[in-house]
Amino acid sequence: MADIALAEQMSSVPDRATAVAKGGARDTRFRLLTLAASFVVLGIFAGVMASLLIGALPAMQHFGWAFIYTEAWNPVTEKFGALASVYGTLVTSLLAMFVAVPVGIGIAIFLTEICPRPLRRPIGIAIELLAGIPSIIYGIWGLFIFAPWFQVHVQTWIVDTVANVPYLQDIFGGPPYGIGIFTAALILSIMVLPFISAVTRDVFETVPHVLKEAAYGLGCTTWEVMWRVVLPFARSGVVGGAMLALGRALGETMAVTFVIGNAHHIQKSIFAPGTTISATIANEFTEAVGDLYLSALIEMGLILFFITFVVLASAQLMLRALERRAGSAT
Amino acid sequence: MNTGIYARRKIWNGFFLLLSVLAAGFGLIWLGFILGALFYNGFEAFAPKLFLEMTPPPGENGGLANAILGSVMMSTIAVVAGTPLGLFAGTYLAEYGRYTRLAFFVRFVNDTLLSAPSIVTGLFVYELVVVKMGHFSAWAGAASLTVIVIPVVVRTTENMLLLVPNGLREAAAALGAPQSSVIRAVTWRAARAGIVTGVLLAIARISGETAPLLFTALNNQFWSTDPNAPMASLPAVIFQFAMSPYADWHRLAWAGALLITATVLTLSIIARLLQPKRSS
Repeated sequence: MADIALAEQMSSVPDRATAVAKGGARDTRFRLLTLAASFVVLGIFAGVMASLLIGALPAMQHFGWAFIYTEAWNPVTEKFGALASVYGTLVTSLLAMFVAVPVGIGIAIFLTEICPRPLRRPIGIAIELLAGIPSIIYGIWGLFIFAPWFQVHVQTWIVDTVANVPYLQDIFGGPPYGIGIFTAALILSIMVLPFISAVTRDVFETVPHVLKEAAYGLGCTTWEVMWRVVLPFARSGVVGGAMLALGRALGETMAVTFVIGNAHHIQKSIFAPGTTISATIANEFTEAVGDLYLSALIEMGLILFFITFVVLASAQLMLRALERRAGSAT
Repeated sequence: MNTGIYARRKIWNGFFLLLSVLAAGFGLIWLGFILGALFYNGFEAFAPKLFLEMTPPPGENGGLANAILGSVMMSTIAVVAGTPLGLFAGTYLAEYGRYTRLAFFVRFVNDTLLSAPSIVTGLFVYELVVVKMGHFSAWAGAASLTVIVIPVVVRTTENMLLLVPNGLREAAAALGAPQSSVIRAVTWRAARAGIVTGVLLAIARISGETAPLLFTALNNQFWSTDPNAPMASLPAVIFQFAMSPYADWHRLAWAGALLITATVLTLSIIARLLQPKRSS
């Protein structure tokens, strides 16, 4: 059909020279249009940074660097420090990666090596659906279903077991609320699982078959091939995927807001309630009175944007380098 | 001696492969738990009045009609505004800029925006629209969703256009078609299914998006079609209702959650079916 449409377009123009000129002018317009759209993307990014910087300016001037390393959060006396939120953000995300990275790699190994072929696609899609479920659904599920179950069946038991063990009683101690840092981290790990397993699976598929076959030929077991040949080859891709997932976990808002407990102080126990940057903003932004309060929240947004930018940028650089290598290998 | 090593290696192999099966089970079990809980709790309040009645004050009966309308309106505006922009930018990256430094930079920025925390884009729109207008509005909500739609469409458009074989472009160019005609009449058509996929994924992504709406569109208890006023949305209502202490609000929150998840999962499955299989 395309050729007919083109022919009609062409035949409606009287002669060749004007047709070429017209086409050229249309070309330029279209090209500029697409270029302009690309600049909109850049503009959004610049706009996000600029608006956060401008919004955060009053808080920056008022608190200086102390904002980052003080823990106080008191809207009444207008004393604000981001430390508790930054701590919560980092701890929940890192704990989540602690669970999600091995499990994600495990899923990728399962899908590429163990799973019967006809089941690969459906199971792969099911895992990816975990990434499709909106954040707020994880939140409501975590609050009403998971946290109460976890509190009664798991947390109480752990708290009792470690009650007199040095160190462990600090990490797992305290009253079992159900909600808290650990619950948030666990839900985050489920949410980012598909990002890790999808990227890992893709890089596993770039490993040349000859390498694997050679290893099998030497008598390696499946696990030895995966651990000694495939994983080292795919290392930068796996790390890139993990960073991508970390970037998502750091900025995740709703799921965490429901189950973190919103407590503005740092506690030793990972079962204790805490808060994260995104949860603080989501909870307090519309209720914040006073310019300094708003500005402090926006400065937290700026910190979050900065952290995720660094993580996401390094993830991209790793994955890009890998793409180039995969491109040159074939 | 030798048999000992073999046995040990076999055992380790079995052990780790078992672990990876368990890992897959771990992922699937959560999916099952979440979907199960959603259906179990959501069906209770699932009735026609969900779509016909407004969000009630605590203790009274009602539905989610105004929230559904708000979500549909804001998502529609965001998709209508974001799709062309994303389509053109993606076209630039795949067709014109492909190897230029600018395209590399745009790609980098776009992929960062793609995974950037949505709450931060909400702050951006708050500063840009809400503060300037002086009040919360559905326009602001739609704007924050647009900011989320654009990178998704850019990414899929570029990926899908890159899958179109160069032979097609060359054939069209050899017939004398100007490049813009080649793109519109040949490449876009060849990649149409993929581009539609991108738009569907973008809709799926924004229909559950909550964080940026909280301080752009805010919420509204009443039926409102005025984009200049605060507007309810399903996710914002779910947030408000789930955090409240009222049991009947909780039931509505579950019903809303089921509605969103059903929409999102249907969209992503359709998108997956449309997606062309990767060549190579």
